[in-house]
Amino acid sequence: MSLTAVELGKKIKAGEISVKEAAKAALDSISKAEQDNNCYVTVVEEAAIMQRAEQVQKQIDDGILTGPLAGVPVAIKDNMCTEGLLTTCSSKILENFVPTYTAEAVVKLEKAGAVVIGKTNMDEFAMGSTTETSAYGETKNPWNTAHVPGGSSGGSCAAVAAEECHYALGSDTGGSIRQPSSFCGVVGIKPTYGTVSRYGLIAYGSSLDQIGPVAKDVTDCATILETISGFDEKDSTSVKREEYDFTSALVDEVKGMKIGIPKSYFGEGLDSEVKSAVLAAAKALEEKGAIVEEFELNLVDYAIPAYYVIASAEASSNLARFDGVKYGYRTNSQVGLHEMYKRTRSEGFGPEVKRRIMLGSFVLSSGYYDAYYLKALRTKALIKKEFDKAFENYDVILSPAAPTTAPKLGESLSDPLKMYLGDIYTISVNLAGLPGMTLPWGKDSNGLPIGVQLISNCFEEKKMIRTGFALEQTREYERCPQAAARD
Amino acid sequence: MKQYETVIGLEVHVELATKTKIFCACSTAFGGEVNTHTCPVCTGMPGSLPVLNKQVVEYAMAVGLATNCKITQNCRFDRKNYFYPDNPQNYQISQLYLPICRDGKVEIETESGKKYVRIHEIHMEEDAGKLIHDDWDDCSLVDYNRSGVPLIEIVSEPDMRSADEVIAYLEKLRTTIQYLGASDCKLNEGSMRADVNLSVREVGAEEFGTRTEMKNLNSFKAIARAIENERERQIDLIESGESVVQETRRWDDTKEYSYAMRSKEDAQDYRYFPEPDLVPVIISDEWLQEVKERQPEFKEEKKARYISELGIPEYDANIITGSKRLADLFEATTKLCNQPKKVSNWLMVENMRLLKENEMEPEDITFSPANLAKLIELVEGGTINSSVAKDVFEQIFKEDIDPEKYVEEKGLKMDNDEEGLRVTIEGIVAANTQSVEDYKNGKQKAIGFLVGQTMRATQGKANPGIINKILKEILDK
Repeated sequence: MSLTAVELGKKIKAGEISVKEAAKAALDSISKAEQDNNCYVTVVEEAAIMQRAEQVQKQIDDGILTGPLAGVPVAIKDNMCTEGLLTTCSSKILENFVPTYTAEAVVKLEKAGAVVIGKTNMDEFAMGSTTETSAYGETKNPWNTAHVPGGSSGGSCAAVAAEECHYALGSDTGGSIRQPSSFCGVVGIKPTYGTVSRYGLIAYGSSLDQIGPVAKDVTDCATILETISGFDEKDSTSVKREEYDFTSALVDEVKGMKIGIPKSYFGEGLDSEVKSAVLAAAKALEEKGAIVEEFELNLVDYAIPAYYVIASAEASSNLARFDGVKYGYRTNSQVGLHEMYKRTRSEGFGPEVKRRIMLGSFVLSSGYYDAYYLKALRTKALIKKEFDKAFENYDVILSPAAPTTAPKLGESLSDPLKMYLGDIYTISVNLAGLPGMTLPWGKDSNGLPIGVQLISNCFEEKKMIRTGFALEQTREYERCPQAAARD
Repeated sequence: MKQYETVIGLEVHVELATKTKIFCACSTAFGGEVNTHTCPVCTGMPGSLPVLNKQVVEYAMAVGLATNCKITQNCRFDRKNYFYPDNPQNYQISQLYLPICRDGKVEIETESGKKYVRIHEIHMEEDAGKLIHDDWDDCSLVDYNRSGVPLIEIVSEPDMRSADEVIAYLEKLRTTIQYLGASDCKLNEGSMRADVNLSVREVGAEEFGTRTEMKNLNSFKAIARAIENERERQIDLIESGESVVQETRRWDDTKEYSYAMRSKEDAQDYRYFPEPDLVPVIISDEWLQEVKERQPEFKEEKKARYISELGIPEYDANIITGSKRLADLFEATTKLCNQPKKVSNWLMVENMRLLKENEMEPEDITFSPANLAKLIELVEGGTINSSVAKDVFEQIFKEDIDPEKYVEEKGLKMDNDEEGLRVTIEGIVAANTQSVEDYKNGKQKAIGFLVGQTMRATQGKANPGIINKILKEILDK
């Protein structure tokens, strides 16, 4: 299980490991580790996995499947629809929802021979930064189970770190791939908005949501991204890009590349150990010949309020369909239509989701639309301009992924405002539609992973991937002790 | 009593004639089995996304151009949020901030003359599903077949002053939209729906009165009755010192009565915001130009051409061009037989009579231009006489039969055999001495009886010209 996805894929192709063996290993790992970590909402039944493994094996043997991910087990965040497989968004309101179709990104993985082994836990409807708002229990950080894994893709990131799968898909609306990746010591990419189809991704903030890979290293992430990306006519916000060849950026060469570090990201609230890690990463890049400079990035303080207005507004509308009429949870009390709506939603949604629905409904209501929603949209546009300016001078921006390492369980939810502030480094990337990635860069004094974030301009993932790959070459991948102990 | 003026504005919903829905590839066909024209998109499944049907934009543009609107070349969709089970996402994708068409006008004509009705905007949106109440189980079920069927909503300014003007405006819209092929505009099937906003004010007043909105109007007659009724109701309220409440009312046409559905106080806040799942619709100059060039010849131009180029009387030209179906039939048939006046006559007289008898609309006509053209040629070529032709037309109207074959099979060809007819007529004259007497005494009408007798004797096939000629020869001897 310590192999990366690409390494495992090679061994499967070479016939050294069978697809069934790989799947069985993942299931064994899950059965050992799940009680500690709770990464999954649903694990696919063994018989179904084995049947699928056999089918993939045959296609590999017949030479039909030749890609790098053929036969490799994958975990999918539970907000992506999977036909015939429970999809809950970690919410009670979808406790019995079995989709009739599969999300486009997952279809693409399956076409490449992926074996889906389960659906990972998350913050309810991806709202939260700790995976504690799940209706199915919080996921724990495998590095230290007293800590959160981050969120909202906490289940996916913890599962990769704990080696309960070889790679996973997450989704990122305000940092939901990058922040938990950094807390769990794995690599995660949030691609340029429009790169991966959102068809079948249960929407939180439609204009900000993107699906992306979570894996042990940059090579895996680039490979997975290459597999799941592409124009999809079913998603109108999907973009026809000139190229989707991300793996060609896996080059250990950053000489002459210009790396910018936003000064404003190093102010109050940033943990000193995280700060040193980012500066160390900057130094490592400099040593490889990159030019690293500090620069002013304005409007940083406006990103969080703008984000919470836009994301909540969209969420309040996106989540309206969960009403007990067509699918999912419905209240047991026999009442009229409006009371049924009210009770179903009161009983079915958790407190963080309700908070954002109420916030979102408020900012869209008549008389407040201009003051909040419209202003937030304008702020979003201005933030994008700030980044445009930055990318006139820099190829890649280097920054912290989060102000701290993973907090303890239970610390964050008591103070949602503080939790929202934890998204400060990741949120503007979503607002500006940019690609961002985080990769592990050492640990703090408590032994918890620290992540650094790389951001590049829209459609320039390759610069970011190249920088990440070069950085990664200077260090060994550090396995999570819990996983290593199971060997 | 004071003199009151009625002020009316209309919101007209038109279902567009696209084959597929506005945001998914499901069929828009009317009357399918419950929930068979559905998919994850039009049933609001989690994770599904809308993709705009380009044809909807083209139709909306075409209607906008035909009603003299400005086309918003950078328009977009907005979400209208409200909870109701027929609305699977609990929001409707519509247009509020940047509708596709604005500031148009159409000319209408009533007995009181010609005038313009201004169009405030036309926007695109999706239709909702249908609730079906199951009395047996005392529950409601939803059919999502109609969910996502494309609509345009045409919002007029409050420029109409009478039911006549409203009907003229609706007829104008209907003809225009039918000419574009953008919709069949059937009020009874709901492919055209009109909500009437009505207020009254004293004649000469500057300010508008408080208005109500009337829904559930399924025919022109219902609209006219509802307008009359609502006008009376509002005037009665004002005259008795009460005030009109701004509310939505539902018309019950069988009871000729309306009742309040919801008042302004219950008005929902729809929390409109730009639809994030769709990108803005950019209409390029080229695209706009293409649609402009494809605009068909509309009623007024057609009518003028029929009168001046084809010599059709104005009255007939007006009626034929009043229905796209009739105009198409007229032109196709004329093209085949090159006898516009004859074609017009058949359509105006026999065709109209049969439509009326069978309670059909011109849209329901099923016969082909080819068979009508053949019929006209049979008459003009002297193969059949006009009374036989009427019977044959009825067969064409009902079953679209081929008149040549029919005439052949039934042996209906005109009898032009002068010698044979002379023998028959001589017999008839001999047997009807009284009529002959009457004729000779100056009763010209008596000859008609003798012609009729001859026709009967020949099963209607005799050439009436020949009968007349022979009869006169015999009688005037």
